[in-house]
Amino acid sequence: MDLLNAIVAVLNYVFIPAASYGAQLALGALGVTLIYGILRFSNFAHGDTMAFGAMVTILVTWGLQAAGVSLGPLPTALLALPFGIAATILLVLLTDRAVYRFYRRQKAAPVVFVIASMGVMFVLNGIVRFIIGVNDQNFSDGERFIISARTFKTMTGLNEALVLKTSQALTLVTAGIAVALLFWFLNRTRTGKSMRAYSDNEDLALLSGINPERVVIYTWMIVAALATTAGVLYGLDKSFKPFTYFQLLLPIFASAIVGGLGNPLGAIAGGFLIAFSEIGVVYAWKKVLGYLAPEGWEPDGLVQLLSTDYKFAVSFAILIIVLLFKPTGLFKGKSV
Amino acid sequence: MRGPILFAIMAALIVLVGESQSWNTALNIVNMGLISAIMALGVNMQWGYAGLFNIGVMGFVALGGLGCVLVSMPPTGEAWAAGGARVLLALAVGAGAIGAAILTWRKMPRGRLRGAAVAVVLIAGFLLFRYLFDPAVEAIEAVNPAQTGYLGGLGLPVIVAWPVGGLLAAGAAWIVGKTALGLRSDYLAIATLGIAEIIIAVLKNEDWLDRGVKNVIGVPRPVPYEIDLQQSASFVDWMQRWGFDPVVGSSIVVKLAYAGLFLAVLLILIWLMEMALKSPWGRMMRAIRDNETAAEAMGKNVTRRHLQIFILGSAVCGLAGAMMTTLDGQLTPGAYQPLRFTFLIWVMVIVGGSGSNWGSALGGMMIWFFWVEAEPIGKAMMDLITYPMADGSWLKGHLLDSVQHMRLLAMGLVLLLALRFAPRGLLPGR
Repeated sequence: MDLLNAIVAVLNYVFIPAASYGAQLALGALGVTLIYGILRFSNFAHGDTMAFGAMVTILVTWGLQAAGVSLGPLPTALLALPFGIAATILLVLLTDRAVYRFYRRQKAAPVVFVIASMGVMFVLNGIVRFIIGVNDQNFSDGERFIISARTFKTMTGLNEALVLKTSQALTLVTAGIAVALLFWFLNRTRTGKSMRAYSDNEDLALLSGINPERVVIYTWMIVAALATTAGVLYGLDKSFKPFTYFQLLLPIFASAIVGGLGNPLGAIAGGFLIAFSEIGVVYAWKKVLGYLAPEGWEPDGLVQLLSTDYKFAVSFAILIIVLLFKPTGLFKGKSV
Repeated sequence: MRGPILFAIMAALIVLVGESQSWNTALNIVNMGLISAIMALGVNMQWGYAGLFNIGVMGFVALGGLGCVLVSMPPTGEAWAAGGARVLLALAVGAGAIGAAILTWRKMPRGRLRGAAVAVVLIAGFLLFRYLFDPAVEAIEAVNPAQTGYLGGLGLPVIVAWPVGGLLAAGAAWIVGKTALGLRSDYLAIATLGIAEIIIAVLKNEDWLDRGVKNVIGVPRPVPYEIDLQQSASFVDWMQRWGFDPVVGSSIVVKLAYAGLFLAVLLILIWLMEMALKSPWGRMMRAIRDNETAAEAMGKNVTRRHLQIFILGSAVCGLAGAMMTTLDGQLTPGAYQPLRFTFLIWVMVIVGGSGSNWGSALGGMMIWFFWVEAEPIGKAMMDLITYPMADGSWLKGHLLDSVQHMRLLAMGLVLLLALRFAPRGLLPGR
């Protein structure tokens, strides 16, 4: 019985939150890694692109809620998501046209692109704060739980409860669909193949008649869709606050680098690796060990390796270790 | 000729603010502008001389501020008695464990055993560290938490803290540079972004070190206090002879004294850097920046030179951070925002002129000026835009409330425009 309780506690406090957080990070890291693979720079505006997409979705959600439209048990934000994606696609295509295309034509050094993306980040940050403000915004509705604490306890008779929030299940399902679509697109369609060819060898791709501008436009569109989805899922799961999206930049980049920049499969693996280590390290294991330890051996302290405020240190530490021992990432990434 | 003209325009802008708003505001802008100029100099060393992309300026600046607290605040005797030695021992054990792990990695033959040994050393070191560290911290933080609750500093003059702040920043830079330099440029960027977040998290949470978010206030000053000046008969006499109000005069004099100190530091730094750039070392740095492969072929150790300049530049940022904490008279870890302390400094460098010391100094002053003045300017503009709207309408209220966010947008646009149309900045480097 104690063993079962321990397993349920680990599932509830570590596995489920980490899995949904990992899926959000993976979606974010996929965007970063695609930009890196095709446009060949680290896009520092990615966190704020996520915030922008989430913001548009929130505004549309509020509009739908006011109009009385709802999805029943599912959050209304799902209906608003396509609008958010469309707006974000427009935004990134506009920034590409106004900012990045010029440097692409000039064949500028990657670091110039990075600085330009910093400027874009500033502007987006200003726009998001200007429109929606800096405060927490709550926009989730519908059924909050799929399995609530009480139903689980009465069902199983255990002390520990397994809680599954709708947002968490939704995150995993949506992320799964998005990733499946992305890989189908990259591996099966003509455009996807040309994108991969362009990423592997730019000159050869140009010689075989691939239109680079078209590849770039498709990349931005996919990245916008991924970023908005990641932003909305994160907002549904936690809450929407513009500054947290900026702070997500570090774990997202860490995921992309750990998996190997430019490698989509690596980005997914990296996202889950970072999420599981982050939550595993800041979780207080006292309860779980209390169930497992023999009578009288229960730990006194919280058995928390690091306090929650240091969760960034975890992504940073993993990043440093990977940079020291395998600079191209766990999966083979690019290095320019 | 361009330099003196631009600096003259800058001075004219300051005088304009002094005459139209108040001289106190103008001098505040000058003081923070001088500090920003020094931060911009530090970033320019890394970016302009070596092409290193550091976006962790905030962390190095905050470490400088910590230096101020550690050097100049009076020590808390009780806290030291309660757990000072134990905390130091714990930190030594932690550092020793990392050192031992590195040594194990170097000395042992390759294989699974090596990895396992390193892991054992690290885990044992961590457990021992926590065993020593946790009770000591609890004891220190229990000593009069409302007033102190931390170890305090050494009680030395605050000027001593400035180079110490630089040293702390240099130490952090060494750790980052050692791991991330020599790899792709983006990796250094991410690593610096990470270390900055961690430094701020440490400052916010380690109450035994700097009281965390409870802030350390009353950091000693290198210049006299206004109240002492007002009570000194000779000062009041002096002010009245010139026809000034002693209360207003005292605050102006204090600010001028700060400005003099900061200006001296800035000029010394620029002089040192100009000298360094003219020396063989400077030629080598330029050669490395312009063509790394060629410099490497000539037998220059590019990674080592990069590490050197990265540490120097970060130390300058740390120095500026210590000066800023001295000016504020307090360390408030919650106030460090990446947009303000990292990205704004980058705007200064790009707009001022990367690779040019005078250019970055000018950029620092000028961007800081507009950052401060953007608020009144933006408000005036927004008043004009919303003038035709009905009073009390939702949109008008929202627009007026959001004026403060406009300056982020404006700074982003300035950066993008400068990068595109004047990529070499106002005062281009050679």
